[in-house]
Amino acid sequence: MSHVGGLPIRVRRSRKVDPRLVRLFGWLVLGALLRLMTVTAEGTSTDHLLVIDAAFKSTALIGWLVAGLVVWVLTELWHARKVGALVTARTTGVRQQWHAVAGRALSRRAALLAVVVAAIVLPQFLSEFYQRVLVDQVAVFVLLAVGLNVVVGWAGLLDLGYVAFFAIGAYTCAYFTGALPVTPLFTLNPFVVLPVAVVVCLVAGLLLGAPTLRLRGDYLAIVTLGFHEIVQLFLVNKNNWTGGNQGVSRPVPHFTINLLGIHYKWTLASLPYWFLFIGMLAIVVILFSRLEHSKVGRSWTAVREDEVAAAANGVPTVKYKLMAFAIGASTSGLAGVLYASRLGYINPASFPVVLSISVLSYVIFGGMGSIIGVIAGSALLTFLPAVFQEQNIVRQEDIPMWIGAILVTMMLFRPQGLIPSRRRKRELRLASEGVADADAMSEAPEGRTG
Amino acid sequence: MSAPTTATPVPQPAAPAKPLLAVRDVTLRFGGLTSLDHVDLTVDRGAILAVIGPNGAGKTSLFNCLTGVYTPQLGTIEFTADGTTTQLVTGSARRRRSRKPHVVNRIGVARTFQNIRLFAALSAFDNVKIAAETRHRTGPVGAMLGLPNARANDAKTDALTEELLDFVALRSVADEVASSLSYGVQRRLEIARALATSPSLLLLDEPAAGTNPTEKRELERLIRRINTERGVTVLLIEHDMRLVMSVADEVTVLNFGKVIARGRPAQVQRDPAVVEAYLGTADE
Amino acid sequence: MCLSQHFWQFLVPGITLGCLYALIAIGYTLVYGVLQLINFAHSEIFMTGGFAGLFMVQALTNVGVVPSGAQSWLIMFAGISCGALFGGIVAFLLERVAYRPLRRRNAPRLIYLITAIGASLFLFNLAGKLFGRDKVNIPAIYTNGVVFTVFGAQVRVQQLIIVCTAVFMMLMLDLLVNRTKLGSGIRAVAQDSQTASLMGVNINRVISQTFVIGGVLGGAAGFLFGTYLNVHYQMGFLPGIKAFAAAVLGGIGNIRGAMIGGLLLGIVESLSQSCMSSQWIDVVAFVVLILVLMFRPTGILGQRLGRAA
Repeated sequence: MSHVGGLPIRVRRSRKVDPRLVRLFGWLVLGALLRLMTVTAEGTSTDHLLVIDAAFKSTALIGWLVAGLVVWVLTELWHARKVGALVTARTTGVRQQWHAVAGRALSRRAALLAVVVAAIVLPQFLSEFYQRVLVDQVAVFVLLAVGLNVVVGWAGLLDLGYVAFFAIGAYTCAYFTGALPVTPLFTLNPFVVLPVAVVVCLVAGLLLGAPTLRLRGDYLAIVTLGFHEIVQLFLVNKNNWTGGNQGVSRPVPHFTINLLGIHYKWTLASLPYWFLFIGMLAIVVILFSRLEHSKVGRSWTAVREDEVAAAANGVPTVKYKLMAFAIGASTSGLAGVLYASRLGYINPASFPVVLSISVLSYVIFGGMGSIIGVIAGSALLTFLPAVFQEQNIVRQEDIPMWIGAILVTMMLFRPQGLIPSRRRKRELRLASEGVADADAMSEAPEGRTG
Repeated sequence: MSAPTTATPVPQPAAPAKPLLAVRDVTLRFGGLTSLDHVDLTVDRGAILAVIGPNGAGKTSLFNCLTGVYTPQLGTIEFTADGTTTQLVTGSARRRRSRKPHVVNRIGVARTFQNIRLFAALSAFDNVKIAAETRHRTGPVGAMLGLPNARANDAKTDALTEELLDFVALRSVADEVASSLSYGVQRRLEIARALATSPSLLLLDEPAAGTNPTEKRELERLIRRINTERGVTVLLIEHDMRLVMSVADEVTVLNFGKVIARGRPAQVQRDPAVVEAYLGTADE
Repeated sequence: MCLSQHFWQFLVPGITLGCLYALIAIGYTLVYGVLQLINFAHSEIFMTGGFAGLFMVQALTNVGVVPSGAQSWLIMFAGISCGALFGGIVAFLLERVAYRPLRRRNAPRLIYLITAIGASLFLFNLAGKLFGRDKVNIPAIYTNGVVFTVFGAQVRVQQLIIVCTAVFMMLMLDLLVNRTKLGSGIRAVAQDSQTASLMGVNINRVISQTFVIGGVLGGAAGFLFGTYLNVHYQMGFLPGIKAFAAAVLGGIGNIRGAMIGGLLLGIVESLSQSCMSSQWIDVVAFVVLILVLMFRPTGILGQRLGRAA
């Protein structure tokens, strides 16, 4: 005990654990987690510890311990700057060159052109399985992601129930083509249903958004999630209208064109649908691109950056949020029509709540706010799992688990996403420096923004 | 005090027409705290009026009431531009509502903020352009299809933005990201942005705060130019007395939410109530 | 009217479920109070408690502890404690691994939410992979006889245990928050974290502790829920949302509000069963949430942490 000014004080010995040991523990835990995630066995209801047991059989256990230790030693050396400085010096030059090349507009246009050409030409050389993956998984979800990007990336609204509009669009198509138990007012060709579904979803988006968009970001998220749940309940329970759990009673017909001498009928073949999808996608991307660089896009950015200042300068914030919401919803509906027609059979199980969250993950992963990023991210996260599944590296049920892990990892290490918009990167950097707020999530400090 | 009808003009010695802004008996309370206490204020068209007072006197709260951020429990705020008078606070005695901030802006009131609120990650040009284009009616359809109307509007706002940047002498930094600009430049940019909404009344909230003497002199010139060249009436909150003396036609002094003095700058400066508010009395 | 029939018969399960919602809601409200963040992954903490308690009960049964008499109490106590323990552990790890790095970086709110969603997605799918995707019933620990009847409604042992455990935990929590140093730390951080840290409160430690407390309550609720219904890898989803609605109903950030909100929501939901088919019951919570957010966003008791009204 020491004495200060006559009063005894006790100096408390710090009881902190050595951070290096904490890091070792962290690596071991991470290793265990990865091992658990990658083991191919799956738990059963009776033997709950089956998987854990299988994951850590004798050799695996030793392998885990050794791997953990090795990684720990390497990272500690890196931290101590023995290895780190060397590697960083070598890679800095490469990174600078990369940024110089990637920054040039010409090289970006060239890359874009290359991707478009590849998208048109390559799929013919893929096997039937992969063609199907491209259409059923990649194309649909890329379109969905581009739509959600408007809501989340440009207007900054967290929508956790986006796929509800997808379902509405799909069922609208089923309704108007006579695939539901209810006879429609008039039967339409799926092409004609496209604008109808767009309008229906636009209205649905406005109806949902009008009372809820003035809520704070987190509340909006839960409410949209609730909306999806409610739509699901409706689809499952209203048997006489929607066919309940069984879904459509007759298959939804494929697209057909019978116009101006052109007669074409889409069939089960994947490739024609691929071209239909990417044609739609191209139109949507062009329109949205124009939107992004227009008054509307700039107003969205203003609302995202500083809602109070935007309102003070004449931007009707709620109207623009509604606009983004409605545009996103109609895009989702568009995708729904294409999806229903392509698959032929839809039922409520095609639109689970997890799907909403997955699409959100694709958008975030790719880089929200950037059309290219979102396309790249969603394409990757839909195509790769299908490949891994086919190669039996990963089971289908485990894919959401990996998506969740990827999401958390991305947020920790690269929150701006894969290919971020420059503005977004700037916003995040400014936020970390304490300036501005990077999204429309917080309470307006000076009261309402109207 | 009962709400006046629109037909009754506010008695004003100098101007026979209705004043641009008539604030009458405005009271704002937050729970137990009274932020504004039966405040009366009149702003004549073409004038430069300053509101001063110690910190916490309610000046920014007044601005917030004027722009619809807060709703005063009592009182009326009347804005008259182009012959039409609008009540900025509506509703019955029990359910009062103020017009939303963007509506107030459309009517003709623009403002800057005490702690600058620019769109930090955007360029100076875009900051001003966003404000300018709130005035035309291009919607999503026009934007997506690239309709000629939309393109014409865009060209017009580009021109207006350039003109405003020239006006505040910031053309050279038009493409710089707003957060990278110096403090004084940011203040000028915020003013340019507010002007882009073609206001009749400009509310400046401590425009000179944190600026150096040279910038303050430039600001004085700018405020006068805004008033004379662009015909915008200015209401400003300010602590810098030199600035106030230099630009203001009339000064209103607030303390603890009450108006304690009003008049020409020189008069107010000598008013004992004002001196006491700022410095306290000698025998405290 | 639909409510007049079997009012008490619906009230009893309503109170029981309401107590569980209250325990979970407290977790949401605590984290919201100190971080202004909705911890989406809290529903998975609830689920963890369910599984942990289940395993404890299974282990004890395998070891030979027979569910009768005094040993029933032992098993129950072990189950609840195990659920609470693992709930707290997972909550602690979640905060450390997923949220703390974001706090260091001053990340915008959207990033927190996305991390929470990602963590939630990851955790329940991991549980599904590890423990199977079927619904599991916790083996009977005691005979669930009727203890007494109230206005014709039966009150069973199970319901009594759930309500009593929940009330006990909530009382302990109330004492903790209002009478201990930890509690004042939590309240201080909830009101103004900057000033609290200037006053010597260790923010990181308080936040960790807040998560753990929420996790303990949620985990216990998970086990109790498991005994009431079943344990399942997705068991957290709906109760989680409903408990959040309950927290908002009571006043987000307000602990007593969460308790009241949970009880109220459970009762309202249960009573609604007499009015509508059970397929639509889940909608009740959302309707309540929307109504509260539109008409009284600060909830019944308002937003102050730990203080009623």
